[in-house]
Amino acid sequence: MSQNASAPILHGTTASRAIGRIFVSREFSVFAALALLIIITEVVNPRFLSGQGVKDLLLNSTIFVVMAVGQALVIITKNVDLSVGSILGLTAFGTGSLFAAFPTIPIALVFLIGMAFGAVLGAINGFIVTLAGVPALVITLGTLYIYRGINNAWAGSKQYFIGNQPAAFGTLSVQTIGGIPTIAIAALIVVIIAAIFMFATRAGRDLYAVGSDTDAARLFGIKVNSRTVGAFTACGTLTGLAGVFYASRFNSVGADTGSGFELQIVAAVVVGGVAIFGGSGTVTGAAIGAVLLTTMTGALAALNVSKFWQQAIVGVLIIAAILIDRILSLRTARKLRVSEARNV
Amino acid sequence: MTMSQSTSDSPRADPRGSSESTSVLSLISATKSFGAVAALTDGSVDLRAGEIHALVGENGAGKSTLVKVLAGVHQPDSGRFLVEGADVVFRSPADSKTAGISVIYQEPTLFPDLTVAENIFIGRQPRGRLGLIDRPAMRTMARELFGRLGVPIDPDRIADGLSIADQQIIEIAKAISLDARILVMDEPTAALSGVEVDRLFAVARSLRDRGTAILFISHRFDEVFELCDRITVMRDGAFIATHRTAEITVDGLVREMVGRDIATLFPKQEAQIGEVVLSVAGLSRSGVFSDISFEVRSGEIVALAGLVGAGRTEVARAIFGIDRYDSGSVLIDGKPLRRHTPQAAIDAGMGFVPEDRRKQGLVMDLSVARNATLTLRTQLARFGLINAKEERKAAEEWTTRLQVKTGSQDLAVSTLSGGNQQKVVIAKWLATNPKLLIVDEPTRGIDVGTKAEVHRLISELAVRGIAVLMISSELPEVLGMADTVLVMHEGRISAALDRSEATAEIVMHAASASPEILT
Amino acid sequence: MSNATATRSTATAAPVNVKSNARRVLLGRDANTVYALILVVILASIFVPFFAGVTTVSFLLIDAVPILLMAMPMALIIITGEIDLSVASTAGLSAAAMGVLFHDAHWSLGWVFVACLLVGLVCGAFNGILISTIGLPSLAVTIGTLALFRGLALVVIGDSAVADFPVALTTFATSTIGGTGIPTVMIFVLVVILIFGVVLHFTPFGRSLFALGFSKEAATFVGIHVNRSKFWLYVASGVVSSIAGVFWVLRYSSAQSDSVKGLELSVVAAVLLGGVSIFGGLGGIVGVVAGVLLIRTVNYSLQLAGLPDTVLTIVTGTLLVLSVIAPSISARLRLSADRKRSKNLPREATAT
Repeated sequence: MSQNASAPILHGTTASRAIGRIFVSREFSVFAALALLIIITEVVNPRFLSGQGVKDLLLNSTIFVVMAVGQALVIITKNVDLSVGSILGLTAFGTGSLFAAFPTIPIALVFLIGMAFGAVLGAINGFIVTLAGVPALVITLGTLYIYRGINNAWAGSKQYFIGNQPAAFGTLSVQTIGGIPTIAIAALIVVIIAAIFMFATRAGRDLYAVGSDTDAARLFGIKVNSRTVGAFTACGTLTGLAGVFYASRFNSVGADTGSGFELQIVAAVVVGGVAIFGGSGTVTGAAIGAVLLTTMTGALAALNVSKFWQQAIVGVLIIAAILIDRILSLRTARKLRVSEARNV
Repeated sequence: MTMSQSTSDSPRADPRGSSESTSVLSLISATKSFGAVAALTDGSVDLRAGEIHALVGENGAGKSTLVKVLAGVHQPDSGRFLVEGADVVFRSPADSKTAGISVIYQEPTLFPDLTVAENIFIGRQPRGRLGLIDRPAMRTMARELFGRLGVPIDPDRIADGLSIADQQIIEIAKAISLDARILVMDEPTAALSGVEVDRLFAVARSLRDRGTAILFISHRFDEVFELCDRITVMRDGAFIATHRTAEITVDGLVREMVGRDIATLFPKQEAQIGEVVLSVAGLSRSGVFSDISFEVRSGEIVALAGLVGAGRTEVARAIFGIDRYDSGSVLIDGKPLRRHTPQAAIDAGMGFVPEDRRKQGLVMDLSVARNATLTLRTQLARFGLINAKEERKAAEEWTTRLQVKTGSQDLAVSTLSGGNQQKVVIAKWLATNPKLLIVDEPTRGIDVGTKAEVHRLISELAVRGIAVLMISSELPEVLGMADTVLVMHEGRISAALDRSEATAEIVMHAASASPEILT
Repeated sequence: MSNATATRSTATAAPVNVKSNARRVLLGRDANTVYALILVVILASIFVPFFAGVTTVSFLLIDAVPILLMAMPMALIIITGEIDLSVASTAGLSAAAMGVLFHDAHWSLGWVFVACLLVGLVCGAFNGILISTIGLPSLAVTIGTLALFRGLALVVIGDSAVADFPVALTTFATSTIGGTGIPTVMIFVLVVILIFGVVLHFTPFGRSLFALGFSKEAATFVGIHVNRSKFWLYVASGVVSSIAGVFWVLRYSSAQSDSVKGLELSVVAAVLLGGVSIFGGLGGIVGVVAGVLLIRTVNYSLQLAGLPDTVLTIVTGTLLVLSVIAPSISARLRLSADRKRSKNLPREATAT
């Protein structure tokens, strides 16, 4: 009896429909916030949007965007992968090592190896999470340190510098096509493919179903475990790709490359409108969230705000995003209660 | 035991069956037991294409078990099960679905974050080029389904926030898209408003006219008589009769549903009825219950009867300080509670044996001793520290008094049988020496033998001067135990009856608000 | 029930109790960790050169102090089914505040300590409000505050380090009791452990924590204030973490923005290793203390054996993962065994 009482007697009204639309348009509001931030910064400091400024912005966003897309897949299934910073470190350092060992290795092969490496690390996360049936957060907190430890053991105090790598690899992140950096275009392609996958394939929709109601998904015959492992593997793969980008973009890779990234990525995804409780949000939103966060860093510098505020702002953004989710859902519930009262 | 079988006909040998249409589903003498409890002793029903067939019976008559057998959730222990004339065995809900049976539950399971169209087609979305989901096609298919049902629901909106009524429609749409020929609706109207019920009925009728067989489970006679072509009555897990709707009256139906001698089952002990302990006046919560007023005196057992969903548990929860209420007052011994919290209610001398023993009544993983003394935790502390010896002693004392059968006090309470678990719940409240005990469905899921023990226990409490407020959906329990019967219907008290005037028929009518007998 | 029967029932029960108590102590979840700790200590003494000695006791324990402190409220929080990942950041923020207030604002040390405790209290209350009052998931909230509090530490102290604390104080922080090698601060830590142990195991509040860890709904029905209990646990966590932060500063004679960074992992790992269930409801303080010491011992002996510090995170991470998956896998195995056994038996009557 209490079951049917605690589930409110709901009524589909235009009010609840409008709320639904707000959820749908979450990424547009993030995009608006991004635009606002850019405009304000540009007004205060006109150098912000110079040609080089834009290029830096895009280049800096690339790595976060790719990682955020991967993380979004995992969070949509009601999980989280905190080990992405360590995976990035391992794959970036692995890329450096590859070039050191085989200076003539084809660049395409390096990308493949980096992604495969990331895929393996992500799959390990996925397997442990589904096997043990415990919160992904705790498991990936553990693998965060394990992967980082392996990176430390492997790298020691060694660092690979961009000078050690083939010039063609380094220029990847300098080259532009129509003024847009090549790797930024690559990241855009990743976003588009992931967005199509999540929007228009059965497997992609299954991920939403799993995160929306795991038990129901099982009831409907969705292979919850293999989908979850798949999401973790995809996240690892994309992080591996980001790791190769990282090696190309930055001067050096070493033992602590990517450490602490996980918080920024989770923040980007959550800010981008992917609910931390799973089931809703889009990879596009996550990608815009990543750009927003990167832009924030640049804007802080352009606005002469101390760089020390950056991490605190990340924290505030995470909490604000969770709060907004909660407030929106509470408002839906309240509206429903009102309409329920009218209808009894 | 008397019952009227004059107008009944058995599904096994229905004289008129072949002339109208053939059976698409028949369950014949199915049995199903859970441990010592026989939930189904003679589960039989016969469903024809193009009819709406009602299944009625008291709570505990075995309707839900029968539905679960049809849905493939439970496998019957014995009996025959035919679909389209062929014997079937369902090992899982998927088998049932494949056979063309769709079950619409009271509260459907939807994915709140997916769109309506996707909820209908999840896992079998239409695919177009490159194997990508063809959303326009999916949308058109969904629209077409809703068009057939005559209910406009936007296929692109997300399911979150949909009314229960709309969710049921979506389940029905899904059933149609799966080509279900048999639709089982398990109390679909319990949570619907009048307009929504009408809409659901229109959908059901149009499906029937297209040849679908519908099994409609309901507690509400007006709905049954309005909608259904035939009615099957169940009692105590067994088939009683099947009637054409035109050939039976509400009274006849009630007689068949109750049909047993209540007095002998419940040897109620006479208790001295004293001062007013609990007095509730004008209690209201918008959309849940309104204007609830009653009193419970020491030594008195007041039963709150009514259908599931009538608002009985909600009233009790509000009195106990778990849920808030909008207006009205709750007085214990003439005084309002210090604060509106369960702890204040307990301090004032209330105890609450909740309906869901596993989730609310007990902490299943804690030991028997810890559960039994959970209500005493502050009393057992001296200088803020719990005296382990006293704690153990209290646990021993109360579990012994209530004859809880357990190997050890340290065993997790989940290892006990249902009846013994319920005794632990009652024990922990008796230990607080309450003035008022609220018991919500005290014998749900308890085997017959222990049931009687629990009844005896409640009766003894009254004799010792405790005021008892009992919520029960089992009519015999209500009529056998209560000094006063309050019947709730749609959030209001529709009848207040003295023990002497309460009969099964009157309570049933008041609960489903049929106006004939109520005046 | 008469008095006579009461005494009889307790009398007959007594011997059984002694036996079951002993069995509970020797076979409980806590005990496994204690056995593991003893085993590791013995193995390390035999195989790791220089392990057995007073210096070991001294280094091992002093490094365990901040983890031990933070593990106490963490154990209670995890027992109620929540988590606090912001403990190390809270400690870091307190450390940063300590540095700035002492060095830049020239506050007297007494007031600096008070201010640090206040910082911890506010941090804890902030978590508590978001989690208990607003009802946000603790995992997500404390990831946010993990970043926020650490970020605020950066804002407060920037990239400078304050190291000019009075020598008397910093040497006291690392001093030992006589020749035992036991750090003097262990006395304070023991008091904290005792307080949390008593609260968890011997008070009505502790009883209610276990109950609400298993079932919030059932806890509500017996009058337990679920939200209020959680709120105070987070406040306690904040305060104790700030104490850990203060100790950290004195121990290393340096306050900087990354003080105590990353220690939340060791704390959570230690608590889970100590037999506290990640799903709530199970656990004990003895086990948690053993869990902390176990992690420290493993790390310290590997350090002695020549493994670099940075690589040791593999060990901590692995211990964390193992401590979470081991009980859940063994539970699953037990469950499937039970199912097989019960297939032939009639089902429990409460299935309806």
